[in-house]
Amino acid sequence: MTTTPAAPERESDDYLPAAVKETRADRIVLICNYTALGLFSLAVLYPLVYVLSAAFSEPRNVQSGEVWLWPVGLSLESFRSIFDYDGIVRGFGNSVVYAIGGALLATALTLLAAYPLSRRDLPGKGLILGLFLFTMMFNGGLIPNYLVVDRTGLLDTRWAMILPTAMAVWNVIITRTYFQTTIPEELAESARVDGCSDIGFFWRVVLPLSKPIIAVNLLFYAVAQWNSWFNALIYLTSEHLFPLQLVLRQILVQSNVDPSQVRDVAELLRMKELQEQLKFSLIVIATIPPLLVYPFVQKHFVKGAMVGSLQG
Amino acid sequence: MAVETVERPRAATSTSTPKPRKHALGLGARMKKNWQLYAMLALPLIWLGIFAYWPMYGAIIAFKDYNVIDGILGSRWVGLKHFERFVESYQFWRLIKNTLVLHGYELLVTFPLPILLALGLNLARRRWYRRSVQMITYAPHFISTVVVVGLIVVLVDPNTGVLNQFLGLLGIGPIEVLSNPDWFRHLYVWSAAWQTMGFSAIIYLAALTAVSPEQHEAAIVDGASRLRRVWHVDLPAIRPVAVILLILNIGAIMSVGFEKVLLLQNPLNLQTSEVIDTYVYKLGFVSQIPQFSYAAAIGLFRSLVGLVLLVVANTLARRFAKSSLW
Repeated sequence: MTTTPAAPERESDDYLPAAVKETRADRIVLICNYTALGLFSLAVLYPLVYVLSAAFSEPRNVQSGEVWLWPVGLSLESFRSIFDYDGIVRGFGNSVVYAIGGALLATALTLLAAYPLSRRDLPGKGLILGLFLFTMMFNGGLIPNYLVVDRTGLLDTRWAMILPTAMAVWNVIITRTYFQTTIPEELAESARVDGCSDIGFFWRVVLPLSKPIIAVNLLFYAVAQWNSWFNALIYLTSEHLFPLQLVLRQILVQSNVDPSQVRDVAELLRMKELQEQLKFSLIVIATIPPLLVYPFVQKHFVKGAMVGSLQG
Repeated sequence: MAVETVERPRAATSTSTPKPRKHALGLGARMKKNWQLYAMLALPLIWLGIFAYWPMYGAIIAFKDYNVIDGILGSRWVGLKHFERFVESYQFWRLIKNTLVLHGYELLVTFPLPILLALGLNLARRRWYRRSVQMITYAPHFISTVVVVGLIVVLVDPNTGVLNQFLGLLGIGPIEVLSNPDWFRHLYVWSAAWQTMGFSAIIYLAALTAVSPEQHEAAIVDGASRLRRVWHVDLPAIRPVAVILLILNIGAIMSVGFEKVLLLQNPLNLQTSEVIDTYVYKLGFVSQIPQFSYAAAIGLFRSLVGLVLLVVANTLARRFAKSSLW
């Protein structure tokens, strides 16, 4: 996003030709703008910084309200307690499985759908595209979706987390736009003349040329899967399948520490004490994976989203 | 995204009517020539059939008395019984009001704010500053709903939360935010603004990069001030995108954000936090006797109202703003 060929960014403050002098009012507008942006960024940043500091502080300093910006009495205790709570570790593992599995499957389906739809010469393309787009405007609803998952026998299996959300039509559209703008139709035609099949062309030419959009899809689906919790709530009943977000919901939102998840009574008491504290470290732990992909997203996703949106 | 959708019908018609293209082969032969492309589409279409269109078909249980043994087809047809029951129920107006007020309020806040942010970012030309602001404001987009609500919970905690400690310094007693129906909507809407504003600004920023510098230079020569240029040059550049996003948002007004509502909901704030989708969820999954048909009817009602709103908003936009989804 930060650099676009259309309008190279300038270090100077405006398009002002040197001969024209900036008025005072303009100067004031500029200062106000910079100030407002700065204050706004701080407001967005503050909750995150606070949680981070609280997670690294001595629990009683958080309770007594001494922590408001920087950690007070550095301590890793709240992170250590995470490992005493079985559900968290297991949930973390489950979430990793769902995120990776879901991302691979969903990306494969998305690419398979997007490429043929990007070909101008495909008979019936309009109709098929319509089938995809209609699902963005209308869907069966919560209960019918549940009944389908039930009927297909996916209920309370790992597949229930991956299959029903395996394709986002939105991504199909963005990917299709990417293909349309980067793979010239003539290339496919000439490959055909040379005796290359469509699938061969897709595999040997299109995919190697589409690494950015593949990365975008993988990241998008992985983050979405990592962050999702509601499907797990309605489709899963076995605790050993729960993703991290569902465990987080119990602890963070419902403030339940399940005694059966803690190994012994002394531990439980300690846990009760640490519960508030656990919340902070949990927020940190749950947020780190999506934020790790964030630098890649900066580079690829934003660009991909823009390509998809503007060059339709 | 938006502009793409605008293009769609044109693209669709140009392929379905063979007029602009000359086809040497007949339809059957062309389909045969492309069989591999159809083969690639097979899996995605099967997926679409199972997980998108089967539920649409399943939605007919809204017109039946569904029970597990008879299945979707075999259950007794009862027509509009469930819809009538819902419209006449004492819940009806409260649910409609809560849903519309909550999402109307959300739209009022989260629609203009990204535009303001994008205009501000576009005005700030110092690259490191721009980059930092963008980095920071995108970040919350990647945080899960559960964690956002968890954040709210720890920040407003009556004993230990920062909010109440700050209020304590001012001599204002601790306030219970989470269990207060008056606070629910503000919590919901402003946390949404916090989370989505930066990322939503991207699309507007993209539109702003398309403005040619000459336009600004010409305006400067004409003596336009900075604010005037924002108003007369930048704002018109993002108007088409803004209109389309507004249409989409109005279409989604009945449905968005349900997961966060559910997370923020508790028995004490139900008065304002019970919306159509949470009610459907409870009827289907929380109540002792699941009422699938009744819940599906309410869900279908909500989907249909959403579709109608989308069409109406689109028609209005086409007439008055001259840009539309289709």
